[in-house]
Amino acid sequence: MPLTFYLVQAFNGITFGALLFLLASGFTLIFGLMRVVSLTHGAFYLLGGYIGLTALRPLGNFGLAVVAGALAIGLVGVLIERFLLRRVWGQPLAEALLTFGLAFILADAVLMIWGGDPRNVPIPRFLRGSVVAFGLFFPKFRLFTLLLGVGVALFLWWLLACTRVGRIIRAGVDDLEMVAALGINIRAVFTGVFCLGSMLAGLAGVVGGAFLSLYPGADAEILLLGLVVVILGGLGSLEGAVVGSLVVGLLDTFGKAFFPELSYFTIFGPMALVLALRPRGLFGRV
Amino acid sequence: MQRHPMTRLALAAATWLLVQGLLLATAGVARAEQRPAAAGEPIRIGVLVPLSGIGAAAGKDATDGWNLWWQRHGRTVAGREIQSFIEDTAGNPDLGLSKARLLVEQRQVHMLVGTVFASVGLAVATYVEQVGIPTFYPIAAADDLTQRHRVPNLMRIAGWSSSQVTHPFGEWVATTTPCRRLVTLAADYAFGHEAVGGFVNTFTDVGGQVLEQIWHPIAETDFSPYLARLAATRPDCVFAMPVGAPIIRFIQAWHDLGLWGRIPLYVGEVVTDQAILRGIDPPDLVVGLISAGHWAEGRDDATTQEFVRLYEDAYRILPSYYAAAMYTAAQWLTRAITAANGRVEDRQAFLQTVRATQLQETPFGPARLDDYNHPIFNVYIREVVKRPDGRAWNVVRHTIPNVSQFYKYDPEAYLRQPVYSRQYQGINWP
Repeated sequence: MPLTFYLVQAFNGITFGALLFLLASGFTLIFGLMRVVSLTHGAFYLLGGYIGLTALRPLGNFGLAVVAGALAIGLVGVLIERFLLRRVWGQPLAEALLTFGLAFILADAVLMIWGGDPRNVPIPRFLRGSVVAFGLFFPKFRLFTLLLGVGVALFLWWLLACTRVGRIIRAGVDDLEMVAALGINIRAVFTGVFCLGSMLAGLAGVVGGAFLSLYPGADAEILLLGLVVVILGGLGSLEGAVVGSLVVGLLDTFGKAFFPELSYFTIFGPMALVLALRPRGLFGRV
Repeated sequence: MQRHPMTRLALAAATWLLVQGLLLATAGVARAEQRPAAAGEPIRIGVLVPLSGIGAAAGKDATDGWNLWWQRHGRTVAGREIQSFIEDTAGNPDLGLSKARLLVEQRQVHMLVGTVFASVGLAVATYVEQVGIPTFYPIAAADDLTQRHRVPNLMRIAGWSSSQVTHPFGEWVATTTPCRRLVTLAADYAFGHEAVGGFVNTFTDVGGQVLEQIWHPIAETDFSPYLARLAATRPDCVFAMPVGAPIIRFIQAWHDLGLWGRIPLYVGEVVTDQAILRGIDPPDLVVGLISAGHWAEGRDDATTQEFVRLYEDAYRILPSYYAAAMYTAAQWLTRAITAANGRVEDRQAFLQTVRATQLQETPFGPARLDDYNHPIFNVYIREVVKRPDGRAWNVVRHTIPNVSQFYKYDPEAYLRQPVYSRQYQGINWP
């Protein structure tokens, strides 16, 4: 295979990884602080995508539709955290059942409202087509997704490393009781983090709706890949989410190019290996 | 005490599995359409469709098409009222089987119609063979249901089989276009293997050559790796058949990688079915795409357009083949029940009547059954065009009349070959 082939595949893998990062970063953020495995995250993604799709026509702008999807899901996240999740916090089984049940309810609501036909969020005109360089095609929308992923990663890094909120979150990840004992309102921080994580899922949904299209079942598929990302990278770690997303994106792409019939194995094989040898994941601290 | 995070993850996963199991066990309650009896005892028809799960959209179309016929043409046939008992299979073979039993043993239906997924169709077929109830499959396309594993009391009225429409398509592409060197790309399961097998079999019969066959997982998320690989082999043309939601991603990736207009693309019937076209935005992404199908909603024919108009008025969307098939199955049964004077209790005689029923005018065109309980109908070479109202639909560019499931092959010789699979694509046969 020529070098150009590897270049194209690497580009595809990295950009797919960027989309996975948008989803996985919120998932890992929520888990890192709250220790909640939020199984609604896939449903948030799907709901956000459909809301973005619906908002696109009246708003007339893809960027605004992305914001609308993110804000709407952020709001849903706040409501769920304040009125449901808070009641069962600290009980893993109840949390899992609650987020899992909500995932079903949301998925069914989506099916009722938007029907089951696959839909795609139309890509804005200026992002259609490809940039041609060295005779290779680089789709513009994938470049955009990559930039967005990098932007979100930088923002999260800044938030966690350079702000007071970030210090509280990091402290909470390490020792929740101590942070609470210092008189910090950890409940409010929980709500904020759950809201932020949900917004990222909503944002990923609108972008993913253009990238992968929306359909019943997309929630479970993307959640599964998101779980692989955080298991590889380490639950609760931002660096882990970055590295995990890239690894999964590249493994998936090169796996499909070389062994199309084994394309699930090329993702889940390495995941099983990491689980066996390093159960915390590559960057996990807990 | 903090538990280890992986314990939580495992717990969450276990919960997921448990709840899935529970859902299966309890899913769905019988939905019966109860109406006061007309003259004579009602004829009860059990309808099996997925109304939840990933097949929900197809099941809704199928149900809408079925109901539309009875709404427009009356629920009384040969003096007997027609009662439909619609049951949700959730696209799951186990559930489909229990629903079939429920309909036959408790609702005492006279016949069964439906199933969308081949997996459900195969599970139900085993059961109906034992009990002998007249059963009709207008949608499930698994080749062997009317070939190597045919069931005497199971007929595919208004139905089709995977390779039936691709047989003439492969020959058409090889003989009327400059394409000689082909790459195929399709979903890696029986439906994909059979549809591609049909195409490849006739394509190679008339001198075409297959460079490579790529199979991708059904629920593919990202097609660009396959397309980059495919473009590297430089074929004259490509025959592709992803199924379901991945179709949109496939089309998008085909554009993104600059293949549109560079490599001629031919696709399977389901790729440009209304179930997909309705959701593609903007429709220009698929305008000009060539496919072959037994259904063409843009066919210039009075019966087809009457159905399309009725359906559009009732549901505000264009009908998919699921809808057209169930509508036509209802038409077929109406004709057969009339011919049998409403005597559906005599199963053998009724099956004979259904077999002998020939329809000159259906939304699909003329249709009749072959000796293997499978319809012979037209196959249309279709092109996606945009209507004045902006919606995309399939219009007919060429008609291949009276295509049987065996195409031009001798049925007995054909049946001695194995069913198309990844290993057997008919490249060296005959």
